[in-house]
Amino acid sequence: MTTTRAPATSRRTTRDPAEVPAGLPRWAYVPAAAGGLFVLLPLVALGTRVDWAGYWSLVTSESSRAALALSLQTATTSTLLCLILGVPMALVLARGRFPGRDLLRSLVLVPLVLPPVVGGIALLSAFGRRGLLGESMEVLGLQVAFSTTAVVLAQSFVALPFLVVSLEGALRTAGERYDVVAASLGASPTTVLRRVTLPLVWPGLVSGTVLAFARALGEFGATITFAGSLQGVTRTLPLEVYLQRETDPDAAVALSLLLVAVAVAVIGLTHRRGASR
Amino acid sequence: MTFELTAVVPSRGFDVTLDVDEGSTLALLGPNGAGKSTALGLAAGTLRPHDGEITLDGTRLAHARAGRTEAWVAPHRRRVALLAQDPLLFPHLSIRDNISFGPRAQGRPRREAAAAAARWLDAMDLVHLADRRPGALSGGQGQRVAIARALAAAPRLLLLDEPLAALDVDVTPALRQTLRRLLVGQTTIIATHEVLDALLLADEVAVVDDGRVVERGPTAEVLSRPRSAFAASIAGLNLVSGTWTGDGVVTASGGVVHGYASHPEVPVGAAMTAVFRPAAVALHLTDPHGSPRNTFRGTVRSVEPRGDLLRVRTDQLAADVTPQAVAELSLVPGRAVVGTVKAAEVDVYPV
Repeated sequence: MTTTRAPATSRRTTRDPAEVPAGLPRWAYVPAAAGGLFVLLPLVALGTRVDWAGYWSLVTSESSRAALALSLQTATTSTLLCLILGVPMALVLARGRFPGRDLLRSLVLVPLVLPPVVGGIALLSAFGRRGLLGESMEVLGLQVAFSTTAVVLAQSFVALPFLVVSLEGALRTAGERYDVVAASLGASPTTVLRRVTLPLVWPGLVSGTVLAFARALGEFGATITFAGSLQGVTRTLPLEVYLQRETDPDAAVALSLLLVAVAVAVIGLTHRRGASR
Repeated sequence: MTFELTAVVPSRGFDVTLDVDEGSTLALLGPNGAGKSTALGLAAGTLRPHDGEITLDGTRLAHARAGRTEAWVAPHRRRVALLAQDPLLFPHLSIRDNISFGPRAQGRPRREAAAAAARWLDAMDLVHLADRRPGALSGGQGQRVAIARALAAAPRLLLLDEPLAALDVDVTPALRQTLRRLLVGQTTIIATHEVLDALLLADEVAVVDDGRVVERGPTAEVLSRPRSAFAASIAGLNLVSGTWTGDGVVTASGGVVHGYASHPEVPVGAAMTAVFRPAAVALHLTDPHGSPRNTFRGTVRSVEPRGDLLRVRTDQLAADVTPQAVAELSLVPGRAVVGTVKAAEVDVYPV
């Protein structure tokens, strides 16, 4: 018994200090370091501008608390919606066999490259009062635009591709060989999905979900276009930051730092979970 | 009851009819790309026939006419388990949970599935690995777990796709013997390009080439007396059956073939078959001096080209010799010759 096989799923490996990296020219460190600074410096600078003495009262003002609560609530709902719609979408795109699949895969990416403002206008055209579906929805007593529902729709619209792309990539990498074996052992397609496919792509699913949540939390352009900026109803944290910047720059900086903290916490949390699997 | 398959898959140039008797093993022997995997895919339900019918124990698994599927049983309802070249153990499940996967997936109670897993862990000598993850296993251990997992699903038909091809040569003999023991009474199709797999595991052999079955029959017959040139090129073994004496096989007529047993603990008197390749045989007109330990006196029956060599068949064996040797010895049908083979070239297996 001498053959050892690498586990089928890649694991995080710590680099052996004896290994010499090939294909890494020395000069690459310079622009790489510049890039790292470019990302980190503004965040550090943000920290230096914070009025630490008044920080607590700034982030706990009524409008701030309302915005934070609304942001967390809508981003969570959007992420759930993305999971409910996005997981089947990724499955169909990765595993399904039907004409036009490649075209569909490209179309799903559109919100990823579209300016969010344009996304907001597109959503208005569909669900707004005078939109494609808006009129018939109004007959049913549903009014979406400029409501909290609109915030969730706007966030889901921009966040969905992140989940779909990340999960679809993981599904393609995992391949169908395990699924075939599981089916041959008597597992129905749903059992295969639950017990084999999803566990195998779990890291991809987690990172896709985190990306979607982060994108939903930071949504600005589509939200303000499609949902407006009503305190407690549609004014999420990014909108609050933008408004406060005009009247109370210290509050804007404080809230910005809060968003940075939430982002770092989310990434740190999932990074650890992904590594421990 | 049996497994029967008649299928045409034009996109793969596949047109094959096969059947396997209940409890017996059929080997599909052929080179890569011959259509062995297509046959297994049709049986497992990962491929649809364009035309044809597949039945197992009287149940129609698939039926199609001119590309229209008229009957179809989903893969998970077929009770046809697939074991591939790679173990493909579920990396997120322990060895125990891998083995109990089939029974659980088929809806059997947790306790029953656990009992099946325990039984197979014991039968395959895997108890000490039960709670490990597959990533920690060697290739041979992994394939043992995969075999246990497939059989724990209690398949009506077991498909083995080159099950030993990815393993180290030092673990294949033991695993082959294990499979041999487990396949007794299990309806099985094994796809392989390795003649030894067919010889040791299969009751019948179908030689597959270019999407067609070119020869079909009992294993010993196909391997030792292939009728078609193609079968001869990939099969073609000399087989001598008898009982084990400790350093050779004594046949019913009293002849002795010296050779080495596939594993050391074979008891004297066991039924064994001596196996050697035609290329290991040298031909002479008179008894040679020196000491090749096995000599076979016979008469030349036929001479056929086989690559750069010529295959000479006597009434006792086949020998692959150079055209020069054939010319020098004037090997024509009817000529008396002596074939010799060194004991070191003879492997002895329980067949």
